[in-house]
Amino acid sequence: MRRRPGLVPLALIALSALGCGKKAEPVVDVPTSNPPAPAPVPPPPAPATNPTDPNAEAARVTAAVRAELGNVIHFDYDQDAIKPEDRPILDRKAAILQANASLRIRISGHADDRGSDEYNLVLGNKRALAAKRYLESKGIAASRIDVASFGEERPADPGQNETSWAMNRRDEFEIIAGGERLVQPR
Amino acid sequence: MRRLPLFALAVAIALGAAPAGAQDTVRVGITYRPGVLPALVVLPAPGLDSVRAIVGRDLDFSNRFEIIQLAQSAPAAPRTATPINYAFYRSLGAALALELTAGPGEQVTTRLHDLGAERMHTELIRTVDKGGAGEGRMSVHRLSDDLIRAVTGQPGIAATRIVFQNANDKRIWRVDSDGAGLVPVSPAGVETLSPVWSPDGMRVAYAHLTREGTMPIVLQTMQTGTRTVVPTTAGTRNMTPAFSPDGTGMIFARLGEPGVALYSLNVRDLCCVELLTGGRFAENFSPAYSPDGRRVAFVSTRAGSQQIYVMAADGTDQELLVPYDFGDTGNSNAPDWSPDGATIAFHREVRGAPQIYTFDLAARRQTPRTSTGRNEDPSWAPDGRHLVFISDRTGRRQLWVLDTETGVSRQIMTPASARLPAWSRPIGR
Repeated sequence: MRRRPGLVPLALIALSALGCGKKAEPVVDVPTSNPPAPAPVPPPPAPATNPTDPNAEAARVTAAVRAELGNVIHFDYDQDAIKPEDRPILDRKAAILQANASLRIRISGHADDRGSDEYNLVLGNKRALAAKRYLESKGIAASRIDVASFGEERPADPGQNETSWAMNRRDEFEIIAGGERLVQPR
Repeated sequence: MRRLPLFALAVAIALGAAPAGAQDTVRVGITYRPGVLPALVVLPAPGLDSVRAIVGRDLDFSNRFEIIQLAQSAPAAPRTATPINYAFYRSLGAALALELTAGPGEQVTTRLHDLGAERMHTELIRTVDKGGAGEGRMSVHRLSDDLIRAVTGQPGIAATRIVFQNANDKRIWRVDSDGAGLVPVSPAGVETLSPVWSPDGMRVAYAHLTREGTMPIVLQTMQTGTRTVVPTTAGTRNMTPAFSPDGTGMIFARLGEPGVALYSLNVRDLCCVELLTGGRFAENFSPAYSPDGRRVAFVSTRAGSQQIYVMAADGTDQELLVPYDFGDTGNSNAPDWSPDGATIAFHREVRGAPQIYTFDLAARRQTPRTSTGRNEDPSWAPDGRHLVFISDRTGRRQLWVLDTETGVSRQIMTPASARLPAWSRPIGR
């Protein structure tokens, strides 16, 4: 394999990110036999909070809200039902989304590695959708919530025991827009 | 050509009796059921060490012969008036003898002798890479497949490759069917899933799981490494691509908000995506074409658990394919349709671990093929009798090849855990 492992994947990632799911999208060819063009490097993401912000209290609140939004929820084996004990966590996220109108999030569903590899992507999708539907039922617009599934590909805990598996059956919540300055819900 | 050095009768007797000292010169395939497979002796072939070793192993891995591999340094049998000493090799228990002789340049003459009938069964003159290294091995593997076809009338699997995902670096790797030629295919830093071969063996398709969770389908040309993101799959989440047998179409699953549905695509013009399955809260995925391209087996959760269904390639006539006991039978996944169209291989959860099953479509009979450890994601070889799958029976998940005719299995070593294998059709035909 005569590849340049560093540049080509970046180029593919960058190029594939250009398309946006429409039929007329151009086909992207990335010849690896020729020297690849310098890969466009995306600018580093803006810092979540400005450390020089004089309003230290606002920064503290933003950090606290972000931390709360990041709380994961867990699932039973091969299930996508929201557990009763996780409802308050989701209720809190719904309230935060209501209090911060420009906030958009991505919910990503994960599975433990016991089921089929390919089915676990399907299961992660169901888990992400379950949380999304719950938030929608609390009045959050569907357009503010993206979903993704990582199946068993990103374990939180690499162990092979009940505790690890339980940790891995989860939804993660990530801010994708509007998280620079957040307020606590009333 | 047949100037065989003198061979002491005492040595012949010793070989026949197989004392401990002769174990490195005669290997009788005692792992096979004796009397079922014809025994084939591979004669010493001066100047063709690599070719002889590769062909001998290919014939062994075909599981169609019991191989008696004489050491390359073994003295030849006593000369007779016949082309080879039929009686001597019969005394080793062989029914067939393979004679390889080096011709000019890269030419090799291969003669298969029928020891019982005392005549030459097949003669093949082929140009191969006598060094048998790197890409040159494929020319030797093709010779092996030609021999197998000449003897059995069936396709061989020597000149084929397997792609899989390497769990450590999440790249697609490939390996020759005999375990040689292990190399990465997809670039470093690109996380991949579910590789499949195009029917001509020129390309692979796979899902690329991005950091953001999108999953475009990528087509990669094996020779050049050129990659193409399938239009309409960038920015969306797609998995389990499958090429149609004529190479012009593809069916894949798309993860959506109502559920997971199967779509078709014209892969020649990279256009014309069509929805094949509906069902608002059902998931349909892991499609596998029948060899005539008219039907597609797939996994659906429409009745609760994951089970194997079938439909026409245009999405009509969807029905359950592999029967199961509702509430009792474990989840069934990863179907693959055999090249002769007669059998579906899949894995099913049995007492918490997946096991390989085959389903005979005509007899409607299900046969468990594995029972030890976790065994999953089967893919058929082009001969329709060998399966490659992932098993952790010796520890970490590795590629295993099972001959469904004899039950013989072997491991293909990979550097880390292997996942999601796919067996090619013959390479370079």
